[in-house]
Amino acid sequence: MKIHEYQGKQIFKKYGVPVPREAAKELGTKVVVVKAQIHAGGRGKGGGVKIAKSPAEAKEHASKMLGMMLKTVQTGPEGQKVQTLYIEEGLDLDKEYYLGVTLDRATSRITFMASTEGGVEIEEVAEKHPEKILREAVDPAVGFQAYQGRKLAYGLGLTGDSVGSFVKFCAALYKAYVETDAALAEINPLVRLKDGSIVALDSKMNFDDNALYRQKDVVEMRDVAEEDEREAKAKEFDLAYIALSGNIGCMVNGAGLAMATMDTIKLVGGEPANFLDVGGGATKEKVTAAFKLILADPAVKAVLVNIFGGIMKCDVIAEGIIAAAKEVQLKVPLVVRLEGTNVELGKQILANSGLKITPADNLRQAAEKAVAALKG
Amino acid sequence: MSILVNAETRLVVQGITGSAGSFHAKQCMDYGTNVVAGVTPGKGGQKFEGKVPIFDTVEQAVKATGANASVVFVPPPFAADSIMEAADAKLPLVITITEGIPVNDMVKAKRFLQGTSTRLIGPNCPGVITPGGKCKIGIMPGHIHRPGRIGVVSRSGTLTYEAVFQLTSLGLGQSTAVGIGGDPVNGTNFIDVLKLFNDDAETDAVIMIGEIGGSAEEEAAAWVKANFKKPIAGFIAGASAPPGKRMGHAGAIIAGGKGTAAEKVKAMSAAGYVMAQSPSELGTTLVEAMKRKGHTV
Repeated sequence: MKIHEYQGKQIFKKYGVPVPREAAKELGTKVVVVKAQIHAGGRGKGGGVKIAKSPAEAKEHASKMLGMMLKTVQTGPEGQKVQTLYIEEGLDLDKEYYLGVTLDRATSRITFMASTEGGVEIEEVAEKHPEKILREAVDPAVGFQAYQGRKLAYGLGLTGDSVGSFVKFCAALYKAYVETDAALAEINPLVRLKDGSIVALDSKMNFDDNALYRQKDVVEMRDVAEEDEREAKAKEFDLAYIALSGNIGCMVNGAGLAMATMDTIKLVGGEPANFLDVGGGATKEKVTAAFKLILADPAVKAVLVNIFGGIMKCDVIAEGIIAAAKEVQLKVPLVVRLEGTNVELGKQILANSGLKITPADNLRQAAEKAVAALKG
Repeated sequence: MSILVNAETRLVVQGITGSAGSFHAKQCMDYGTNVVAGVTPGKGGQKFEGKVPIFDTVEQAVKATGANASVVFVPPPFAADSIMEAADAKLPLVITITEGIPVNDMVKAKRFLQGTSTRLIGPNCPGVITPGGKCKIGIMPGHIHRPGRIGVVSRSGTLTYEAVFQLTSLGLGQSTAVGIGGDPVNGTNFIDVLKLFNDDAETDAVIMIGEIGGSAEEEAAAWVKANFKKPIAGFIAGASAPPGKRMGHAGAIIAGGKGTAAEKVKAMSAAGYVMAQSPSELGTTLVEAMKRKGHTV
């Protein structure tokens, strides 16, 4: 789950990670920064971050920014509508850095990454100059240690009081990360002010969906307006759904098989409209909900169902497909590939249903038939 | 000999009275798995299916029955605790089926396992099956398997079934099929399993199925290039997945341009894998890999 920058800063503040002061509450007529709040990075370059030297100027920026379609490298070409703004104090910066915390899968440890190349595309730095990214892996048995903070601080070239500020900053950030079950805490840029103190100028936090059940405060920060409507709907039915830009809707059981189905559609010259995993124990209700989701996308011109019935029997799945197809009054071509337990019975049920269903014997054939069906 | 599990395996089922645990414990028993005990705190003294004794703790179960492997069906909030309990009872093998365990819980559990002799498989995996030993530990459909000499290792459940089903249809069968799970923090990785297959006299060739995200496949490819002696076929799911979107599995995400299918396929091809373009060709690709190494299939 993602949250906005201002919400991330609320969490930071709670754990003692220094952030700039919030304008509306605490500031007078000083320099402020008006920042568009969307769930995507690269806002500065897209015109979503503006400095104002007076309240009148701040108002002008705000009125222009609110409601605009903000295009960044992460939003896609159509951009994302700005529905929330955050205004905070402008600070006297001395130098910018990058600081990120996330799981390193190779070591199974939460790892700090720091770089002097702050404020830029960190992915680019990671690719071209991996030596410019300092890393510290945290032992979960003891947590983040001060020496790790010092290693990073001196590695970044910090001196004097800034070293101590940075160590405290990291310790607080680690606590925030662990206690909120974050999956990512990224600060780009982290800044050293002219007085030597260390402040989080930005905040990006993502959370582990599996841990949301014990993170009520985090769940309350969810902004449904920022999420894809169909993806949000899918969550209600416990379906894993991702909207894509093609025209062949897919319904598959298992995440790996669902990805492989999309890949195969592409391999034979088609474009998948979605990723959809109905899970291992799909019921008739779930299959119906999945069909409705797929068909709610006006771009869908054919549907491919690929189910490997293991514990789930093919005849039960076939009946679910028929009931769902009737309920949603399916009008686009439907290609079904069933395999596994009771497959012959399942195929027979589909054939006798009176519905126009194209059967397929394997995944490649199913993808080819779906692509052919588009052409009529 | 197969790997990890066989006819000698004595299984304790953690969470045996839950809905998933009881259903799958029964399925495993029907397949022929020697289920010697169950564990559900508070239900010690009862019997599962009228014959399998249930204990309050794993330690009691091991002491009373000589169990030498466990399978975890405990719900996500309590699953990491169950893994640590199994390690504390000195079980050499813990197979965790549970999907949706918080990442931070697994980070701690994995740290706990360091220095112990316990091997963890999973979590979020279909389990391990050795058809020749009639030993099925997990949620895979038993009847699609048949005894044979091909090893299967995969991050994805249903893609494992695809591979197994095609091998069975081709008359080849499996020595052991291992699902290592789709989570970002898991116990046993590809290399661990490939080492076991490499040393197993009853495994002639291997199918390895990976997916986008992380670098486990690249690491496995480097190891295979230097060490693996047997024919190996591969497949990577997620070539068409867009960056930054999590594809169902918690681990399946392309982040910062890393972990793409193209990179993985390139690394594996260079290491000597014969790669399948689509999961429909897993079985035939394996046959091709065997022929290239001079095996008659």
